[in-house]
Amino acid sequence: MKNRPFFATSTAMVVAFATSAFAQVEDAAILETYANIAQAGYEDSLTSAQKLLAAVDSLVADPSDLTLQAAQVAWRAARVPYQQTEVFRFGNAIVDDWEGKVNAWPLDEGLIDYVDASYGGPTDENEIAVLNVVATPQFTLSGETIDATEITPALLSDTLHEADGVEANVATGYHAIEFLLWGQDLNGHAAGAGARPWTDYATGDDCTNGNCDRRGDYLRAASELLVSDLTWMAAQWDEDGAARQALLDDSKAGIDAILTGMGSLSYGEQAGERMRLGLMLNDPEEEHDCFSDNTHNSHYYDGLGIQNVYLGAYQRADGRLVEGPSLSDLISELDPVLDAEMRTKLSQTMLKLGRIKTAAEAGLSYDMMLERGNDAGEALVMGGVNALIDQTRTIERIVSVLGADGIEIEGSDSLDNPGAVFE
Amino acid sequence: MFKPALFPMSSIFAAAMMASSALAGVLDEPHLDIVPRTPEEAARIAAVTAMPVDFTAPAAFEEMSAGAATVRATDVRDVFSHASENLGFDEELTFKLGNGLFKKVWVSSPSSTLASDGLGPIYNARSCQRCHLKDGRGHPPSGPDDSATSIFLRVSIPGKPEDGIAEIEDYIATLPDPVYGSQLQDESVAGVPAEYRFEVAYQEVQVALSGGEVAQLRVPSYRAANLGYGPLHAEAMLSPRVAPQMIGLGLVEAIPAADIIANADPDDVNGDGISGRANVVWSTEFDQPMLGRFGHKAGQPTITEQSAAAFSGDIGISSSLFPAGAGECTVMQTACQSATHGDGDVREFEIDDEGLDLVTFYSRNLGVPARRDVGDPQVLRGKEVFYDTGCAACHQPKFVTNRLADGGAQSFQLIWPYSDFLLHDMGEGLADHRPEARATGREWRTAPLWGIGLTEQVSGHTFFLHDGRARSLLEAVLWHGGEAEVARDAVVDMLPEDRDALIRFLESL
Repeated sequence: MKNRPFFATSTAMVVAFATSAFAQVEDAAILETYANIAQAGYEDSLTSAQKLLAAVDSLVADPSDLTLQAAQVAWRAARVPYQQTEVFRFGNAIVDDWEGKVNAWPLDEGLIDYVDASYGGPTDENEIAVLNVVATPQFTLSGETIDATEITPALLSDTLHEADGVEANVATGYHAIEFLLWGQDLNGHAAGAGARPWTDYATGDDCTNGNCDRRGDYLRAASELLVSDLTWMAAQWDEDGAARQALLDDSKAGIDAILTGMGSLSYGEQAGERMRLGLMLNDPEEEHDCFSDNTHNSHYYDGLGIQNVYLGAYQRADGRLVEGPSLSDLISELDPVLDAEMRTKLSQTMLKLGRIKTAAEAGLSYDMMLERGNDAGEALVMGGVNALIDQTRTIERIVSVLGADGIEIEGSDSLDNPGAVFE
Repeated sequence: MFKPALFPMSSIFAAAMMASSALAGVLDEPHLDIVPRTPEEAARIAAVTAMPVDFTAPAAFEEMSAGAATVRATDVRDVFSHASENLGFDEELTFKLGNGLFKKVWVSSPSSTLASDGLGPIYNARSCQRCHLKDGRGHPPSGPDDSATSIFLRVSIPGKPEDGIAEIEDYIATLPDPVYGSQLQDESVAGVPAEYRFEVAYQEVQVALSGGEVAQLRVPSYRAANLGYGPLHAEAMLSPRVAPQMIGLGLVEAIPAADIIANADPDDVNGDGISGRANVVWSTEFDQPMLGRFGHKAGQPTITEQSAAAFSGDIGISSSLFPAGAGECTVMQTACQSATHGDGDVREFEIDDEGLDLVTFYSRNLGVPARRDVGDPQVLRGKEVFYDTGCAACHQPKFVTNRLADGGAQSFQLIWPYSDFLLHDMGEGLADHRPEARATGREWRTAPLWGIGLTEQVSGHTFFLHDGRARSLLEAVLWHGGEAEVARDAVVDMLPEDRDALIRFLESL
């Protein structure tokens, strides 16, 4: 059983380690390291998104194979720090309420730009799945006429994103940009990623697939939006930032948030929705970075982020290392065997995710692993799934050790506690 | 105005009457593995579910609408999409896999993605999420240019006595339309005609309220246009249905049937003008009569069965419970019958039991957000008005769920759904004149009110009732007729500030 901080004062069992007599590592110090890692991670994500924006500007100003490739390289680099911040979801409300804008997937890419004829069609009942905003300066949405003559960040975030309440109408974030840089991956389970020609951004007669200027506008608007969203999030982790303050205001809930994020990302999100579902459906579209075939890296750096917050260390993009007192330090004082077990499990996960990455970089991309009957591919993916599940078992034991040491069962009838539940 | 129907004496009397004779199976809960309540628990439950006497402060536990399963009330659009707060990490995985299938867009057969094909051949939507937008309510089309995906028409014709179900007393025999089946689908795969186009027209009427205020209601009229398979049966009965919100369903499923029946008063023995009848339906899953809990007329007994029926009727996806590959097509619809279906591969059905279980688990665990502003003076005043006006007679505030042997998120929670899950005559204005099991053409299941104040945040609209005709909470109240007419008239006549407070209370749910 895990706990989350939202009702931490009310739920039956609260991870309430605090300052036990013999522990030398203070909750506050652990939380400071954790917040420092978050701040550095979002700052690195911001810096790399700014580089991506600059590369996009170059592509639009001077379209060529070279500038397109440079933008793709910048996008891949931007994923490295960002994926390591995903462990701050599932426990930090500020991150949870914001995340859908930057990393939503899967998406109906036909909303944004042209798609292959085999993809849906105009009779598809999600009409806006084939809307193609790039080619359509004016259209009707939920009965209202939308003027998209100018493609602005506000148009993407306020009008198009999740249009009509359909979650697949993803108009913003990393994956929208990914689609605009790579195009659809039409190779199914075979080798190869999306192969958008640079001429999709060319001017004049060189322009392929039409509306190159509007395509460039969309790409630029989405990149600008990513920068502004990351600017906001990085600021939440400043010394006075709301996310950092929320953690420090209630250190018990803060420690709980670390463990909840580790467990929820490992188990439900990564092992479940992002890995096992793809195997269940054998669907090449069920991969996280499906246009660029970068999924192996997304999974790898998600896993690394989990390890980071337990060990209290994060490798920054500029070479500096952010480190400090960690959850591992605390657990090694309380139960050294359990700490060793957690470290081993996290290493195992990184080994298994590393194997997926190794195979993918050597040519067996993640969508190929998902093919029905590809036993080796399935074994690779399941290796990651099982390691992630296995490490969550140890996270649960840590939750119970911390709970058992300083457990607080809240009086459920407490009148000064509006969040109490009957039990 | 307070309703004696809520008092234990009459409730026990009613329950005893029903259980002993006609309603075989209604108290059976084969879908749950129940730990019987101890006398001590029963006493605690009676105390905690008693009607409030103090409206100056929130009641204990009132903020937590779904007990320990309650989720944080965020201010973003996906506030209905979170898993029960008290799930473990492993259950969260099951929830996420279910979410993947809930969002999944099904494709027509044959397709290279075997696990995703089987759509239709006729259908209303290609994914669950497409109607249950953001896990919230659907809506009628905003105009001729808007899609009607999250609303459709049910259809049936009167049956003969032998078409009824002998085991269920007062079962109203109906049959599907011989050509169109029991639901009209407005989409179809290539080569198969769609059944119709959904059309609605509204006529505005004014309702004078106290204090010189005036409300507008829109009276809908429905038409099944562009019928693809010839005319409907001469006696066809149509009923519009908008997709309901998805939150809290697992908790509804875990309410003791006896506690629901305890509020029934089918013959209005206590003379308060409010009956409350249980719907009893034939469970395909358990092959027996069961209490109907889900749907606008309480026509489905369990979440599994509701989900499987929706897969079949709405998307055309077969399952072990509803195995027809052609979905809801009748034998008269030959192109549909002879089209390629997605079953018969390694999964056998278009969605296998594993997939159906995942979607069921997901549906069972969409969390109910916490109340907001429970201590606000206007909210508290509105709460008092809600009780004084008699709303709580049907919109039963509280239940305690069964204690379940395998524990789980739904076990033994004090919940605040604001529904008795019974059928009530809602008057001519809302009547669809289309019976469903024991529900007459004037009866509807009391709609749960939890989460109702977040509708605009989640869905971007405030369309309520079974067909979304009400454009605000006040309009929804004003549509109440039949058994609720007295309460509705009280709202019309009350001081405007009390009416505002009542709405403010509803918005805090």
